Amino acid sequence: MASITEPIAQAVSLSNDEVLRYSRHLIMPEVGMEGQLKLKAARVLCIGAGGLGSPLALYLGAAGVGTIGIVDFDVVDYTNLQRQIIHSTTDVGRKKLDSAAESLKAINPNVNVVRYDTRLSSANALELFRDFDMVVDGTDNFPTRYLVNDACVLSGKPNVYGSIFRFEGQVSVFATEAGPCYRCLYPEPPPPGLVPSCAEGGVLGILPGLVGVMQATEAIKLILGKGDPLIGRLVLVDALAMKFRELKLRKNPDCPACGKRTIKELIDYNEFCGIRGEEKPVETTVPTISVEELKRRQDAGDDLFVLDVREPHEYQICNINGYLIPLNDLPKRVNELDSSREIVAHCRSGMRSAKAVEFLRQAGFTKVKNLTGGILAWAEKIDPKMPKY
Amino acid sequence: MKVLIPTPLRQYADKKDAVEVSATTVGEALSQLTQAHPDLKKHLYTEGGQLRAFVNVYLNDEDIRYLEKDKTPVAPTDTLSIVPSIAGGRRNL
Repeated sequence: MASITEPIAQAVSLSNDEVLRYSRHLIMPEVGMEGQLKLKAARVLCIGAGGLGSPLALYLGAAGVGTIGIVDFDVVDYTNLQRQIIHSTTDVGRKKLDSAAESLKAINPNVNVVRYDTRLSSANALELFRDFDMVVDGTDNFPTRYLVNDACVLSGKPNVYGSIFRFEGQVSVFATEAGPCYRCLYPEPPPPGLVPSCAEGGVLGILPGLVGVMQATEAIKLILGKGDPLIGRLVLVDALAMKFRELKLRKNPDCPACGKRTIKELIDYNEFCGIRGEEKPVETTVPTISVEELKRRQDAGDDLFVLDVREPHEYQICNINGYLIPLNDLPKRVNELDSSREIVAHCRSGMRSAKAVEFLRQAGFTKVKNLTGGILAWAEKIDPKMPKY
Repeated sequence: MKVLIPTPLRQYADKKDAVEVSATTVGEALSQLTQAHPDLKKHLYTEGGQLRAFVNVYLNDEDIRYLEKDKTPVAPTDTLSIVPSIAGGRRNL
């Protein structure tokens, strides 16, 4: 794991190249030479080089932040390209860290890019944060959110927070001396499964762009000491309505992290968020049928009723002529189904349809099975011409 | 008064982004909301009837925890916002 041993207390000067590069900053009173030197001396750690991390790292680099650390252990996936603009098509299959570092250096070779090819954890967070002035959280799960927050509070580093869901976002600055931390706002995480994830809902590609750049803006303001940072303020973004709202956040005097300070070390955040590795997903406990079996029986003329529990816009992408009742509508429309018939329920990958089967069995349906792997498995094994999504 | 429904919860409120209720306190407003949309109840409240800790309720721009919580008086021109924690896209979480 790379590390910087000596913080650059204050960059001495800018080269002629840098003066020209940052001229549009230098001619602004809000930045000027003094501000640009602060940017050069700054060390910002970006957790995640994905949706939020992409635009934020790019803009921090362009602005001339002297040291940018990136923590990401993941690999670029084809479906990332819709929004993770630091990666290109030719990067698919590469480590996000390598791809991100390359894009950053191409924009600004002056940036010292420090790579951390690791998963952020309770074991390494405090040590990692030590060499940086602030942390920008671009992660995609609750346990890491709490981990970053607690580690920032314990290390005394500001946490520039941004999070997204479909077309909505939240931005704030946590863990400053006088301001609130993430736990002041959300003392407890939601139990797994109670807050819908992006996976079944998707995300508007531009959204992490909007929110990520807001995070970069806040990071730069903190470095420059200019403007009004989002300390004690939560900005809510609704991209579809293009409305920005602001809510007041207060430091909770009873907060275990930054108030009472009863949290003195990092914990097991998966456990805190109620995620247990051995939990059996619903899909393994309901009766199933494979795509091969379904195809064979359909070809043999068996009377099978195929129930598609996806959304109408998914049906338009591809379908196997199933009867469409979106999962959330199933309770209201269950009377459209004939419990005397053999029903095969499917969705995209087999997870929603497993819930549908569970629901139908509890409603008294005895001849209902889940199509293992969903329509993705059908596209993979039965009909290669069908698009995958 | 208007109660704003955040995206993750709209599926339990007939896909609405806002619901009109008539109430004199925050508690009454939320009660009317969950009566009109019973599916919302388990996402907002625990079995014991407490507002869930990962859901924040704001009267205009103030967190009701720092006002009078459920007893906070509301006016017809006020807006109640439900602000749940979101963390983006990792599957299964």
